Amino acid sequence: MNEGRKEIFQVVFVLTGIVFLVKLFFIQLLDDRYVQLADSNSIMKEIEYPSRGLIFDRNSKLLVYNSPEYDLHIVTKEVVNFDSARFCEVFDITQQELKQRFVELKKLKEYSPYRPTVFIKQLSNYDFAKIQERLDEFTGFYIQPRTTRAYTTDALANVLGYVSEISKNQLDRDSLKLYRQGDYIGQSGIEARYEAVLRGQRGVRYKLRNVKGIEKGSFKDGDYDTLSVPGKNLMTTIDLDLQQYGEYLMAGKVGSVVALEPATGEILSIVSGPSYDPSMLTGRKFSSNFMLISSDTTKPLFTRPLMAMYPPGSIFKIVQSLIGLEEGVLSYDTRFPCDRSLVNCHGHPNPTNLHGAIQYSCNPYFHQAFRRIINQSKSPNTFTDSRIGLDNWREYVKRFGLGAPLGVDLPSEKGGQMPTSNLYNRIYGEGRWKYSTIYSLSIGQGEMLVTPLQMANMAAIMANKGYYYTPHLVKVIEGSDIDSRYRTRNETGIDSAYFSFVQDAMSDAIYGTAQRAIIPGIELCGKTGTAQNPHGHDHSVFMAFAPKDNPKIAIAVYVENAGWGGRSAASIASLMIERYLNGEIKRKHLEAYVLKGDFLDPVVRATPTPTVQQIVPVDME
Amino acid sequence: MRREEAISNKMDWVTVLIYMVMVLLGWFNIFAAVYDETANQSIFDLSLNSGRQLMFIAASAIIIVAILIVDMRFYEAAAFLIYGIVVFLLVLVPLIGKEVGGNKAWLGIGSFGVQPSEFAKFATALVVAKIIGTVGFRMDRLRNQVILFGIILVPIALTLLQKDFGTALVFTAFLLVFFREGMSPFLLIIGMAMAVIAILTLIVDNQWYLHGGIVVLALVIVFFGKRTVKRILTIGVGAIIIIGTIESFDYVINNVLPVRHKKRLEALVNPDFDPMGINWNVTQSKIAIGSGGFSGKGFLKGTQTKFDFVPEQSTDFIFCTIGEEHGWLGSLVVVGLFITLLLRIVFLAERQKNRFARVYGYSVASIFFFHFAVNIGMTVGLFPVIGIPLPFFSYGGSALWSFTILLFILLKLDAHRSQMLGRL
Repeated sequence: MNEGRKEIFQVVFVLTGIVFLVKLFFIQLLDDRYVQLADSNSIMKEIEYPSRGLIFDRNSKLLVYNSPEYDLHIVTKEVVNFDSARFCEVFDITQQELKQRFVELKKLKEYSPYRPTVFIKQLSNYDFAKIQERLDEFTGFYIQPRTTRAYTTDALANVLGYVSEISKNQLDRDSLKLYRQGDYIGQSGIEARYEAVLRGQRGVRYKLRNVKGIEKGSFKDGDYDTLSVPGKNLMTTIDLDLQQYGEYLMAGKVGSVVALEPATGEILSIVSGPSYDPSMLTGRKFSSNFMLISSDTTKPLFTRPLMAMYPPGSIFKIVQSLIGLEEGVLSYDTRFPCDRSLVNCHGHPNPTNLHGAIQYSCNPYFHQAFRRIINQSKSPNTFTDSRIGLDNWREYVKRFGLGAPLGVDLPSEKGGQMPTSNLYNRIYGEGRWKYSTIYSLSIGQGEMLVTPLQMANMAAIMANKGYYYTPHLVKVIEGSDIDSRYRTRNETGIDSAYFSFVQDAMSDAIYGTAQRAIIPGIELCGKTGTAQNPHGHDHSVFMAFAPKDNPKIAIAVYVENAGWGGRSAASIASLMIERYLNGEIKRKHLEAYVLKGDFLDPVVRATPTPTVQQIVPVDME
Repeated sequence: MRREEAISNKMDWVTVLIYMVMVLLGWFNIFAAVYDETANQSIFDLSLNSGRQLMFIAASAIIIVAILIVDMRFYEAAAFLIYGIVVFLLVLVPLIGKEVGGNKAWLGIGSFGVQPSEFAKFATALVVAKIIGTVGFRMDRLRNQVILFGIILVPIALTLLQKDFGTALVFTAFLLVFFREGMSPFLLIIGMAMAVIAILTLIVDNQWYLHGGIVVLALVIVFFGKRTVKRILTIGVGAIIIIGTIESFDYVINNVLPVRHKKRLEALVNPDFDPMGINWNVTQSKIAIGSGGFSGKGFLKGTQTKFDFVPEQSTDFIFCTIGEEHGWLGSLVVVGLFITLLLRIVFLAERQKNRFARVYGYSVASIFFFHFAVNIGMTVGLFPVIGIPLPFFSYGGSALWSFTILLFILLKLDAHRSQMLGRL
């Protein structure tokens, strides 16, 4: 048994040895490639970092660019006669810090005494100029240039976002291995959303070096080298002048301003207050500044135009009017008495038609009008009828871009909330709610939330008489088109004649509730609102567009805790429109009034009332 | 006293001499791999790998004496006990082990650490030899084969848990031992066929081409042979099994294997694949070896190996230093030493009078062969990069001791082979 198997072992052993020797013969004696390679001794890999794409405003004004910064690398084997006192003096660090650096260096996973390893990160241009001429005192230290983000403006921080070193988590998720430890990556705003476009492509160069580390040209004539491809530039839709003016007006206030170009959905200006200076989050001070900003109780990192959600308040009456007209349950002549037993109201001619109801923002009118929209006697059961009515209404509301994120090209946009019958089924049980349960919706209160961006979009829909383009921030990506969804028209499906009617009412409403908004020579359409705030003073809301005949700008303004919409929000919106359309401000007194930021009545200010006023609306317009 | 005299007289001094030459050459090369001409270093410097390796060598001498003193019957008697202890240690490693170089394979006591997986090699060899050496053992019994496979699967599974793919593979070397002791070559042939299929799966991007080829091949075989139902069925089932194998390889490669191993496999079948990325080690290793020419650059004169270009310079890639500094001649000497050692071990195994010792001898030969073939194969670019040491040359205490124990237990058994005569 098993005869010959011993011989198989012997043959296999000897054959393996022969195969190795033949292979070695080939690479050691026949192939002279390796000798040549070894003559120039060794291949070094050099990473070439691409420059990140630049960001411009709509008038080609530069917003974000790259500025050089410098990493100090060390090759420990080459360090001789190291004068630590001198080093500390030149690099402005303490002996203690220096010692710590060395300890940390040796702990690095990729540390090797023969290869350059980062020793001090992110020296600024200024630091570099200081140390440049003294660098040759320290053998074994090298400067590796990189770039960091720099800003031409202190505005727009929330929208532009910031760039920082890639986190451990992000590295783990990077399955395509596009990034390495220490690489920069966009963390929020446009920098994050357009990361793939902005980052460009890293290049690699293989260089030959001899024993003494002196370069001997490129490996295989650079056949394996890849050039770095710079990131693409972006042109945003932002009007920098208007943006800066908006931030100037909002200084010291909490809230949002969003201005759109109605014909395209391009965002002209998007102000989130309070904000921060974007250049705080660059360079060596990044970590300490980030701590500072993120622990600020006013939450400067919170992008309010996209993420804050408020009840729309009276502004929503316009939507109710349009749905009522389209459904045929309201007509221009429909009149309801101003019955204050239903909801509170304020003095105005009574009874009024639909035009008057919008103009004077009559609460009881819309209480009754919304009942007609919800209860159309589609079912004899009033509970079922309410459900059918609400579902139908919800379909309309959706087409106004409400109740779900619009899809703006920024991360973490919120969708607000528009109630569905499911929501009420969950709260009250199926078949256990009817119109009297949900009537607060009629005047934009109750289980209803919108973002400032959605409100601005609403203004654009009014301006366009029934359609909108999804709001977006990037107009041109160098060399490619923007997403087709930003070039697609979204229809509300409501007759444009009804919008003309509503526009007239909004134009007259200015004279009723927001006289501060009147701009001589520009016909403005607008609607004030007051977002109820159970935690303090109400929020001031205003939405508008202008000019009425050929709308160039649609705007929504939210100022938190600033009382009713006719004062602060309407003033800010009006100034923004004047600045955009006329290029200058003639109403200096109004500007001064806004900058002073003192909007509340003395009486109201004296009694800060954090009373919880749910559902029962006390709309003050 | 009588036994000690007997030992020195009966020892196989040829093997001992080869062992000593290899360990010594290994020590010099480890020094060469870390040598820095500007630093005025000494080969005995304990802060260098070479200095520590010398300590490991000294410890090996103690281990050798211990092995020779212990009664030769101990190794057969205690086989299961040793195996049990090693398995226990292997189980402990993932729980309390420390991580070195991406593998959690070390058990440490203070700054001193050992790799239990290294010692699993001789423990497994002892148990395999003991089982096969049992009176009346027949390799053609399915039950026996299952037991043997179980014995080698335990350390394979446990080393895989430590993500030490290379060491886990070493245990497949026992298949050679089973083959020597009567296992049908069929299994080895199937293994080879699997390897061919695996390589084809890697080379051909779209496995539907492979499936198509197999179906066509099966049809051709059916067409040109006797068209009996049984034959068609056999061919059909065979084709389906092969297609299934391809699919499962594809699955394993894409979903189970760590990306780095997958890339190494791809790099092997396609030498032009990513020469600056995954093939970096091999590219640098080949430059080092290739630049050695016929007689090399001379001891400590190598330039390639100084700058850390080849990772694991003194452990897994130690052969680069030999190739660079001693050229083809030096490689010839080292390869020659290994082949001589392997043939000598086969010779020793064959002259044993009892089956336990013979099987053990073949286990040693197979394990050494596996390490030799895979390690040098990888440094010259014939094998994927699988991190296993070159016996007696690579830096490292656990590995050196493990190989020393393997070899000297065999020498001990061989020295007493006449005493075992009666136990055939």
